[in-house]
Amino acid sequence: METIWFCLVAVMVALYVLLDGFDLGAGAIHLFVARTDEERRQVLASIGPVWDGNEVWLLAAGGTLYFAFPALYAGAFSGFYLPLMMVLWLLILRGTAIEFRNHIKSAVWDPLWDFLFCASSLLLAVFYGAALGNVVRGVPLDGSGYFFEPLWTNFRLGEQTGILDWYTVLVGVLALAALVMHGALWVQWKTPGPVSERSARVAGRAWWAIVALTALVTATTFRIQPQVLANFKTWPWGFILPVVAVAGLAGVKFELARKDERKAFFASCAYLTGMLTSAVFGLYPMVLPGRNPAYSLTTTSAKAGLYGLQVGLIWWAMGMVLAAGYFTYLYRSFAGKVNIEGDSHESDD
Amino acid sequence: MEPALEAHRLHFAFTITFHYLFPQLTMGLALLIVYLKTQALRTGDEHYNRSARFWARIFGINFALGVVTGIPMEFQFGTNWAEFSKTAGGVIGQTLAMEGVFSFFLESSFLGLFLYGEKKLGRIGHWWSAVLVFVGSWLSGYFIVATDAWMQNPTGYVIGPHGEIVLSSFWGLLLNRWALWQYAHNMLGAVQTGCFVMAGIGAFYLLTKRDEPYGKTFVRTGVIVGAIAACLQLFPTGDMQGKLIAEYQPATLAAMEGVFRTEEGAPLVILGQPDVQNRKLDNPLQVPRMLSFLTYQKWAAKVKGLDSFPQELWPDRIALLYYSYHVMVGLGTIFIAVMGLAAILLWRGKLYETKWMLWLLMISIPMPYIANTAGWMTAELGRQPWLIYGLMRTAHGVSPQVGAGNTWFTLIGFMGMYTVLAILFLFLVWREIEIGPEPRKTAGPELDSLVAD
Repeated sequence: METIWFCLVAVMVALYVLLDGFDLGAGAIHLFVARTDEERRQVLASIGPVWDGNEVWLLAAGGTLYFAFPALYAGAFSGFYLPLMMVLWLLILRGTAIEFRNHIKSAVWDPLWDFLFCASSLLLAVFYGAALGNVVRGVPLDGSGYFFEPLWTNFRLGEQTGILDWYTVLVGVLALAALVMHGALWVQWKTPGPVSERSARVAGRAWWAIVALTALVTATTFRIQPQVLANFKTWPWGFILPVVAVAGLAGVKFELARKDERKAFFASCAYLTGMLTSAVFGLYPMVLPGRNPAYSLTTTSAKAGLYGLQVGLIWWAMGMVLAAGYFTYLYRSFAGKVNIEGDSHESDD
Repeated sequence: MEPALEAHRLHFAFTITFHYLFPQLTMGLALLIVYLKTQALRTGDEHYNRSARFWARIFGINFALGVVTGIPMEFQFGTNWAEFSKTAGGVIGQTLAMEGVFSFFLESSFLGLFLYGEKKLGRIGHWWSAVLVFVGSWLSGYFIVATDAWMQNPTGYVIGPHGEIVLSSFWGLLLNRWALWQYAHNMLGAVQTGCFVMAGIGAFYLLTKRDEPYGKTFVRTGVIVGAIAACLQLFPTGDMQGKLIAEYQPATLAAMEGVFRTEEGAPLVILGQPDVQNRKLDNPLQVPRMLSFLTYQKWAAKVKGLDSFPQELWPDRIALLYYSYHVMVGLGTIFIAVMGLAAILLWRGKLYETKWMLWLLMISIPMPYIANTAGWMTAELGRQPWLIYGLMRTAHGVSPQVGAGNTWFTLIGFMGMYTVLAILFLFLVWREIEIGPEPRKTAGPELDSLVAD
C-alpha cells in the first residue's frame, strides 16, 4: 500500500513540475523574450488562466504527502524550513505580480511587476532544483527523524551539509535550464509572432546547456548516492526511465528543427518526466535519505495507518477523475495561440 | 513559555489571521455573486450582470490574495509544527489533502473562466462558472473547519503503537458533530462580511450620489441577506457552539465567560476586565442568572468556574480569550441591530433616503472582519493548552529543530511582506470602487493620471 502511495505522490509531483514548470519557465524568460507591453501581455496571457490551477498541484501533492507519509512531511518540511519559507515568499511575490500587473497601465507599475514575476520565477526554478538535489544527496537526519539545515555551511558534502553546496547548486542550475527550455517551448507554442520566435531561440540555446548539465549531474549523482546505481542493478527495467529522458531531450531538438511547436513541448515533458522518475526510482524505498544511511526515512518508516491509506485511495481516485475533467475542459477552452484582444469582461459591454 | 514555542505560535497566529481576512470575503461574496448572476439570468436585466461584473473584479483581487497567503498555511503544519504533523498527519492530512483535491482544483479551474470568459461561455455557462467557484470556495471552508473541529473535538481515531494518532473512521472525521455546527457558524460569519462590504459600498455610492441604481441593488442585497445571516449567526449556530463548548471544553467556557468561581445561577458578564492573578473581574456589569439559563435553560443551573479545574488545564491566555469572545458576541449582537433596523427601513421603503443608516452601514465595513477574527481567536485560544484537545499539548507539537531565531526571521519576513500586500490590496480595491460598476470605455483611469490629479 505504501508503495502505491509512493508512486502516486511521485506522479503528483511530476505533474506539478510539468504544469507549473512551464509557467515558471515562462516567467523566467519573460523579460527576455517579450519587450513591449503588448508582448508581455501575450506571455502573461499564455499562462493567465492556468497558472493558478497548475500551482494547485503543489498543494494537492503536499496534502497527499502529508496524510500518506506524515513522518516525512514533518521531517522534511521542518528540516528544509528556511528554503521552504523562501519558496513561499517567492510564490507570494510571483502570484501577486501575475494578478496585479494588468490592473494599471503605468510606467511605474507594470515594469515593476514584470521584473518581480521574472525574478521570482527564476529563483523558484533554482530553489526547486536545489531541493531535489538535497533529497537525492541526503540530509543530516538524526535518529529521531528530524534534521535542520542552514542555508549553507562550507559548500562541501560533509557530515553537516547546508541547503546549498556545489552539488545542489549544480542541480539548481540544471533545473533552471530545464524549466527555461520547458517554458520557452510553451510560450513558443502559445504565442504568435516575435515572442514565439525569440522563445524558440531561447529553447534552442538552453538545450545545449541541458545536455551538458544532465551528463554532469547524472555522473555525480551515481557517485554521491550509491542507492541509485544499486536500484538500477536490482531492477534493470528501470533503465526505461532515463531512456525516456534522453529520447525526450533528443525529441526537443528534432521537433525544434521541424518547427512542430506542440510536439517540441511534449518532448520536453518527456524529458522532465524521465529525469524525475529516474531520481525517484533511484531512491526507492527511501523517501528522504540520511547522510547516515541508517537514519534514512523510508516508505515503511514514514507511512500512515493502513485504514487511512486505503480510504484515501478511494477519494483520491475520485478527486483525480474530477480534476482531470476540469483540466481537460480548461485547457480545451484555452486552445490555440493567445489573442490578447477581447479576453476580459470589460469588452463585453 | 519557551522562546521557540512563543515564536511558532505567533508565526501561525499572524499568518492565519492575515490570511483569513480574504477568504471570508471570498466565500461571502461568492454567494452574493451567484444571487446577482441568477437575477440577471431570471430577469434578463443587464443591470444585474454589470453589478456581478463589478463584484467579480473585487472578488478577483481578493481571491488572489487569499490564494497567495493561503499556500503558507498548509506548509506551516510541516515546517513549524512538525511533531504535531508526525503524530496527527495521518488524520488531519486527509482533510487538508481533500481540500486541495476537491476544492482548489475546482476553484482555480473555474475562477479564470468566471473572471475572463464571460463572452466565451455564454449566459448559462457563465452562471455555471460562478456557481462552481462558489461551491469550490464553500467546500474548501468545510475541509478547513473539519480539520480545526478535529483538533477541538477529536473523533474517528485510535492511538497507534508508537503514540501516533491513526485514522479509524473516515466519516467520524468528516461528519464530526463539532464540524457541522462550527461550519454553519463560520460560513454565516463569512456571509456577513460579504453583506456588510456589499451594503457598505452601496451606501457609499448612495451617499456620494453616484451610480445610484447600483448603490440601491448593493444595499438591498447586502441588507436582506445580512439580516438573515446575523440572526442565524446567534441562533441556532452560535448557541449550539456555546453548548458544545460547555459539554466538551468546560474550562474554556469558564474562561471565555470570565467565571472564576463555580456558581449556581451564574450571571452573564457584559463588561469587566478579568484579573486572572486575583481570580476576579474588575467593575463587572452582569445580567443575573443569565449564563445559567443560556447554557442549561435553567435559571439556577450550576456553571463550573475556573476553580473547578486544575490550573494546568486552564487556557493559557485567559484575558485575551475573554476579550476575543466578548468582542465577537458584542459585535454579533450589534450586527443584528444594524441589519435588522436597515431591513425594517428597507421594508418601509425609506432606507435609501435615511442618511444616518447609510452612514452606519458604510462605516461598519471593518466590523465583521473584527468579529470573524475575534471568533477564530476564541476558538483557538479556547483550545489551549491543547493542540489537539485532550490528546496533545501545544508545547509538544512544535518542530524540535527549528529554533526561535529562525522562526523570528521568517515571521518578520511575513510581517513585512503582508504589510505591503495589505497596502496594495486597499489601493487596488479602492481604485475599483472609484471606477465603479458602470461599463468602462477604456481599461479605466491610469495610475499616471490618478497621480497627476
